[in-house]
Amino acid sequence: MTDAAASLTARKAAADARGEETPQFVQSKHEGYHWTAEAPMFLYAVWYLAFLYIPVLFLPLFSFNDSIYVAFPLQGFTLEWYQDMASNPALLGALENSLKVGFAVSFLATLLGLLAAKAMTRYHMPGKAPVTTFIMLPLVVPGIILGIALLTMTNRLGMELSLYTIGLAHLLICVPFAMLVLMSRLEGFDRNLEEASLDLGENALQTFLRVTLPLAWPGILASLLLTFTISFDEFLLAFFLAGNEVTLPVYIWSQLRFPNRLPMVLSLGACILVFSFFLVTFAEVVRRRGVGPQQGAAI
Amino acid sequence: MRPLHVRARRERVSGGGRIGTPVPPPATGRDEMTDRSQAIVGGLAAREQRTSLIFATRALFLKHEWLRGYTLMLPTLLVMVCLMCLPLFNLTNYSFWTQNYLDLDKTFTLANYAAFFEKPIYAALEMKSIRMSLFCTFATLILAYPMAYFIAFKVTSNKLVWLILITVPFWTSYLLRVFAWKVILGFNGVVNSGLISMGVIDEPLQFLLYNPTAVVLTLAHAWAAFAILPIYVSLEKIDRSLLEAATDLGDTPTERFWRVTWPLSLPGVIAAGLLVFIPTVGDYVTPRLVGGTTGIMIGNIIQSQFGRGNNWPLGAALSVISMIVIAFLVVTFIVATTRARAKTS
Repeated sequence: MTDAAASLTARKAAADARGEETPQFVQSKHEGYHWTAEAPMFLYAVWYLAFLYIPVLFLPLFSFNDSIYVAFPLQGFTLEWYQDMASNPALLGALENSLKVGFAVSFLATLLGLLAAKAMTRYHMPGKAPVTTFIMLPLVVPGIILGIALLTMTNRLGMELSLYTIGLAHLLICVPFAMLVLMSRLEGFDRNLEEASLDLGENALQTFLRVTLPLAWPGILASLLLTFTISFDEFLLAFFLAGNEVTLPVYIWSQLRFPNRLPMVLSLGACILVFSFFLVTFAEVVRRRGVGPQQGAAI
Repeated sequence: MRPLHVRARRERVSGGGRIGTPVPPPATGRDEMTDRSQAIVGGLAAREQRTSLIFATRALFLKHEWLRGYTLMLPTLLVMVCLMCLPLFNLTNYSFWTQNYLDLDKTFTLANYAAFFEKPIYAALEMKSIRMSLFCTFATLILAYPMAYFIAFKVTSNKLVWLILITVPFWTSYLLRVFAWKVILGFNGVVNSGLISMGVIDEPLQFLLYNPTAVVLTLAHAWAAFAILPIYVSLEKIDRSLLEAATDLGDTPTERFWRVTWPLSLPGVIAAGLLVFIPTVGDYVTPRLVGGTTGIMIGNIIQSQFGRGNNWPLGAALSVISMIVIAFLVVTFIVATTRARAKTS
């Protein structure tokens, strides 16, 4: 009896909910999904996602395969390669280096990106477009050219190659991303809030700390996570600028020469992919929530 | 509104009447100067100069908004100049020098540039890289356009999920995404062993890996997200009433697409094309991992000059030439497209 009553109220609530959504429902019926006409398109989209994701999924798949050959048929489940990985001091050293560089770079890049984004979105400045293009340049210049340019520079200055040189190189490619992410966030909220704070007697710094920063934090968090991931995953610049201490991707590269280490590289790659995937997904969710589809999409 | 007690505290601290308090005039101290000793006069004069300088700067900052903006982003600009402009300038500098085994001969020479034109391999590789990169750009755009169109026009709910699904691979390790293709296409790789174990083929297919096609395929996969986002943004911006107008005026969906949607999305397509084309010309990782000997590109030759070849100036000259060629192509393309669009409109 009580069960029936409960289900009745539940159904009523559901009906109410549906009732509230009626306009939306009608709208979606009007201009939305026509299964027959749009099935090919939807199928294409699914195929495209498969094309994006499936190649990468082979790394985790074969990392559990009990064979040193990456080949079908699968031989059986093993965690041996993960154990190999966890007991490899060179790998752990590289991991530590990657984390160090990643933390430092993400912090500095976000700070510099925030300064630039704030200036770009809040001040009327002549020459904004060329300056933006200038800061975005590292995203389009081929990585190898940036790498060797920085390498010749360290050589010219007599700098030793170290984690610092890797960090500087990563800073160069992370600042543009940080600025983009933060600009879309700062454009996304009401400027009047800042003006109100200034009108009520706060100075610029207080306004920034008490109004801008709390509103911009999803962007800041996303920027920290994304720049960290970029630095953590970046290979080419680190390859050119690494001294004796290498980062994880450079370590992976050095292991690709040895066929018998392939399974360990696969399990390491699988770990990195899963780690980056969660970090980035979290960052993207944080960043895009509450921002319009257009602003958020501009990378 | 901040909590009351915080407000009260802040007002106490600031004396309550901060709003509209006039800025005190600079303490010039001219009246007292007469009955003070010369030493103090000197000190005061210096202070006066300093304060007036501070006020002058402040006035300048208050007057010019752009000055405040640029000062705020000065650290960022400085870092970018130091990490990009100076190294690129330095690279150009290197290209005019000569390598003498371990030393650099720093007398100006164009020999490295001459080498580019004397040995046909460099120019041939440059052309091949550009051709492969164009193929890859073309493939990426064709694959990406329907996807961007789908997300912009057909997805009515959960647009965010689709966008995130598209962007996430783009942020994750480039090296590993390329490496995955080596695993898939390899001689004993996923495709070959899969087909053999299914009994479709007896011998591994040799043409999968280590050729230009493998490089183009891998690059198209790796740069997919770069192409989708600009196209998506340009499609999303299109005013939907224009499409309705086209339909009302009797266009079929196909006509409507080619006459309204496609031209309006062109800026996004062009941006996407450039975003894929420019970096892929100089790609190093992909040709190295999946290109074999026939799939190498200019990036590999440049790298070898800094590695085993140990001829930094030649490597520098090759990269400067590459940059000039790419810049020339890009500028020509942009000029051509803007002219073409100006003509049609």
